[in-house]
Order: sequence, then structure tokens, then C-alpha cells
Amino acid sequence: MQNWLSLKLREAKANKHSYILLAPYMLLFTIFTVLPVLISIVLSFTYFNMLEFPRFIGWQNYTRLFLEDDVFLIAVKNTILFAVITGPISYIACFVFAWIINELSPKLRAVMTLVFYAPSISGNVFFIWLMIFSGDRYGIANGLLIKLGIILEPLQWLKTEAYVLPIIILVQLWLSLGTGFLAFIAGLQTVDGTLYEAGAVDGIKNRWQELWYITLPSMRPQLMFGAVIQLTAAFAVADVSIALAGFPSVNYAAETIVTHLIDYGTTRFEMGFASSIATVLFMIMVGTNILVQKLLRKVGE
Amino acid sequence: MTFSFRLRKKRVNRSFLGSFSLFALLTLFGAFMILPLVYAVNNAFKPLDEIFMFPPTLFVRNPTMNNFVDLINLLGNSWVPFSRYIFNTVFITGMGIIGHVLLASAAAYPLAKHRFPGKGFMFTIVVLSLMFTPAVTAIPTYMIMSWIGLIDTYWAVIIPAFSYSLGLYLMKQFMEQIPDVLLEAAKIDGASEYRIFWSIVMPNVKPAWLTLIILLFQILWGSDGNGFIYSEQLKSLHFAANQIVQGGIARAGAAAAVALILMSVPITLFVFSQSRIIETMATSGMKD
Repeated sequence: MQNWLSLKLREAKANKHSYILLAPYMLLFTIFTVLPVLISIVLSFTYFNMLEFPRFIGWQNYTRLFLEDDVFLIAVKNTILFAVITGPISYIACFVFAWIINELSPKLRAVMTLVFYAPSISGNVFFIWLMIFSGDRYGIANGLLIKLGIILEPLQWLKTEAYVLPIIILVQLWLSLGTGFLAFIAGLQTVDGTLYEAGAVDGIKNRWQELWYITLPSMRPQLMFGAVIQLTAAFAVADVSIALAGFPSVNYAAETIVTHLIDYGTTRFEMGFASSIATVLFMIMVGTNILVQKLLRKVGE
Repeated sequence: MTFSFRLRKKRVNRSFLGSFSLFALLTLFGAFMILPLVYAVNNAFKPLDEIFMFPPTLFVRNPTMNNFVDLINLLGNSWVPFSRYIFNTVFITGMGIIGHVLLASAAAYPLAKHRFPGKGFMFTIVVLSLMFTPAVTAIPTYMIMSWIGLIDTYWAVIIPAFSYSLGLYLMKQFMEQIPDVLLEAAKIDGASEYRIFWSIVMPNVKPAWLTLIILLFQILWGSDGNGFIYSEQLKSLHFAANQIVQGGIARAGAAAAVALILMSVPITLFVFSQSRIIETMATSGMKD
């Protein structure tokens, strides 16, 4: 034990420069990421209103969250709904469109990459959708449906419970071809070309077999990276919900765990309770991500 | 960093029907992606009576610059001049990007190329941090900000951006493909690790710089202060834009104009850096 320790210490000393190079980043990373996670977990077991010193109350926040807070259950339901729908769909869409785009000529490929990537990069301008789904007949959605005679009066898209969730899912999907999509485009371009030639010799008949037996297994690292990016985004729906459905949304129809957290953290100042929401979200996100990583690692093994 | 993209030869195993349906799919969804943006661009040039026309039109008929004039007048009369919002956003974005590229590169180099105790652990927590949204840590972050006195300063947005984890992750993955021989040669010539980092590693990872720049640009350009900035004169362009959008019908023209301004900058940036970014993303994969 002592030997091992002194060995490690000597190794560390020999690599002093490595630590010096890492220090500034790691210091900030610790202050703004690691420490907040730890503080959040600790606060979740306290009553804390930002004025008095936090008071330890055990599991009370969690029992209140799951047993008494009806809105939280709506938030969990919505968050899981968003994650289950937008997570896989956006992940598959990222891959499928990257795959089709990769077959194009370089010029066309660059243009189509831009077309699909533009929404996610255009600086949070999803308020465009407010104009599309505006409640008067000048909005594109209402205008079109009235013109076609499908509806007679403008619909209050964003103030009707039944429409709010699908619209948010739609906009979320529109925004979701981001970093993961680029990683797939890049990954596809680096698949070793000789593999395809060898595959053709070995009797691969069509593009679907080629996709399944060659492309997907060669891209496993990018697929895993993309999964983390898409999944994390799918669980974090909040900005779009607040911008389109308002805050709070009509009858909490668009409440998500993150908006619930914002509600308690910035409006009601129940920091202990809000921290327990944050901790639950943290566990769900990291847990799901690790699970999906394990599953993807098995693919093609 | 010679990364030769193999242009695949035309292969025979492509059915026409398959190609046709795939490209039809691509066109259809491409339209879904781009039409809202096309609509936004057109709206910016529509006179007010066209914005409120029934039936609504996608394309502008009588293009006008009135909306931009409106926007300038509107903001010229505001308490904080428009140029101040632009300055705030440019300053936050610029400082955040410079700091992040320097710090993340410096940290990525040892993680990619050195072996030392604690390396695996450090990289693991960085990857873990990719797996949850910053909203999770908003409350403690606010407390920490107020302890160190950053609340209501630009730095409350800038400094956390320095330690953005996706940037470090991508930079580290990209640096791994720098040939070790290159670094060994420099070491034999007597260069210190810092010198190797600055004059060999950094020039070789230019594509990754651009990627980090655009990722951070995306975050900071659209930032509205994250709840850390209260003073009106420190607020961002995106915040001002939201105020205009909430102005409703009377502000619809100006809102369309400001939307166009907001989205055109990052898109232009991407157009010019696309190939470099794809090059970086090629190394983004998670290895076992």
C-alpha cells in the first residue's frame, strides 16, 4: 500500500506539467459543475429559503415531491413523454438524414447539412413558431387550415391543452439535429471505404445490408456520443415550453421537471425542495444515459 | 492532421427505387427544417399589412426595409441604446470563446497525450457532466456566484462558459490523433511541455478551435444572462429581442427584423467553418 502510494506520488511529481495545464480548467469545472451537483444533493435534504440557514429535514422533500405534489407528477409524465418521443426519434432522424446526405455529392452535401443543422444553430429563434402557431388567423397554421376550409375559426394552439404537447414535441424535434447530427455526418465520412469494397465481394447485395453490417458497427463510437447528446437534450425540455406555452402553461399541460424546478427555485424560493427536484432529474438523466451506453456497447458484439 | 475523406466510388448495389424514396424523404424533411427559417427571413422584409394578411403568405411581395427602420427607432428611444445590447452580446461571446478555447485546449492536451494518476477519473467526470443539463445545478451555481461576487456582472455568464465540458471532450478526442512522434521529436529537441503545447499541439488542432468557437458561440450568442444579470445596461441582444417579441402585434415587424439579425450571424459563421467542424466531429466518438 505504502509502496503503491509513493509510486503514484512519484508518478504525479514527474507529471507536474500535466496538472499545471489542467489546473485552470479543472478549478472552474469543479466550482461550476462538480460543487453545484454536490451542494444540490445536500440541500435536497434541507429546508432552505435563502434567508435562514438550511435546516436538515431528512427525506421530507422527497416524500412531499412524490406523494403530495400533483404538478410534479404531471411534470414527470411530460418529461418522460418528451424524452421517449423526441429522444429516439431525434436520434434516428440524426442518423438517417446524415446517412442519406452522405450519399450526395460534396457540394450538395454541404448545402443539405446546412439546411438540417440551421434550426439548431440559429440562436434560439424558436419564437418563429409563435408566429406560425399564433392564435389569430394571420398565423400560418390557422391561416392555412381556414383557407382549406378545415376549420372555421382560428384555434388557440398554444392555449389549448390538447395541442400544446404535440407542438412542443414538433419544435423540439425541429431543433434537435445539432451536435449529434454533425458527429454522424463526420463519422460516416470516415468509415473505411475498403470495408465496403470487401463487403461487396463478400456478397452484400443492397444498401440496407451494407448499412446494417458495415456502416453501423464502424460508427459505434459516434453513435454512443450522439446518444448522450440527444438523450440529454430530450430530458432538458424547458426553454421551448416556456417560450411557446408560457410559464406556467395552461393547466400545467406543458410543465416539465425543469420548468417545475424553475418554478420552485426562482419564483417560490423553496430551495431545498427545488434541489430535490434537481437531484431527481440528475439521477434520471445520468441513469438513463449510462443504461443506454451499456446497451449500445452491446450492439454488434 | 491529414484527414483524407475518401470519396466513395459509385457502387452498383443501389436500387433506383431506394434512392428515389430516400431522396424524397430528405426533400420532405428538409422543407420542414428550412421553411420556418425562410418564413422568418421573409417576414423581416414584409410591410406590416403583409405580416397581417389573410391568407398568410410565406414569401414577401413588396419587400421593404421598414421593419429595420422601426427596430432602430424603437431601440433608439429605449433607455439603453441598442448598440449597448450589441456590445454586451459581442463582449460576452468574445471573452467566453477566447477563455474557453485556451483553457479547454490546455486541459485537453495532458488528457489526450500524457499518462498520470487521476487522468481517468478526471475524464470520467467530464463525460458524466455531458449527461445532465445545467438546469440541475442552477440553484447552487447562483449561490456560488453570489459568494464570489459575480452576480450582475458579465463574468457570471463568461466564466462558467470557460469550463463548458463538451468543448473539452471534443478537443481531447481530436488531440488524440496527433502523431506521438511529432511530440517526441520536440521533446528530444529540448522543448518543454508548455512549449510543445503552444507551438506544436495548438497549431495542429485549428479545426477543433473552430468547432469549440461555434459551439460556444451558439450558447453565448443566444444567452439572456441566465438569470445572473439584472442591470438593463448589461443585458444581451437576445434579451432585448425577447422584450420586442413580447410587444405583440404592434411590434411584429421589428420582432421579425430582430429575429433575422439574431439568426444570420451564427448561420454565416457555420457556412464558413463547416468543413473544419465536420473534421473535428469525426473524432467525437466515445471509445470503450
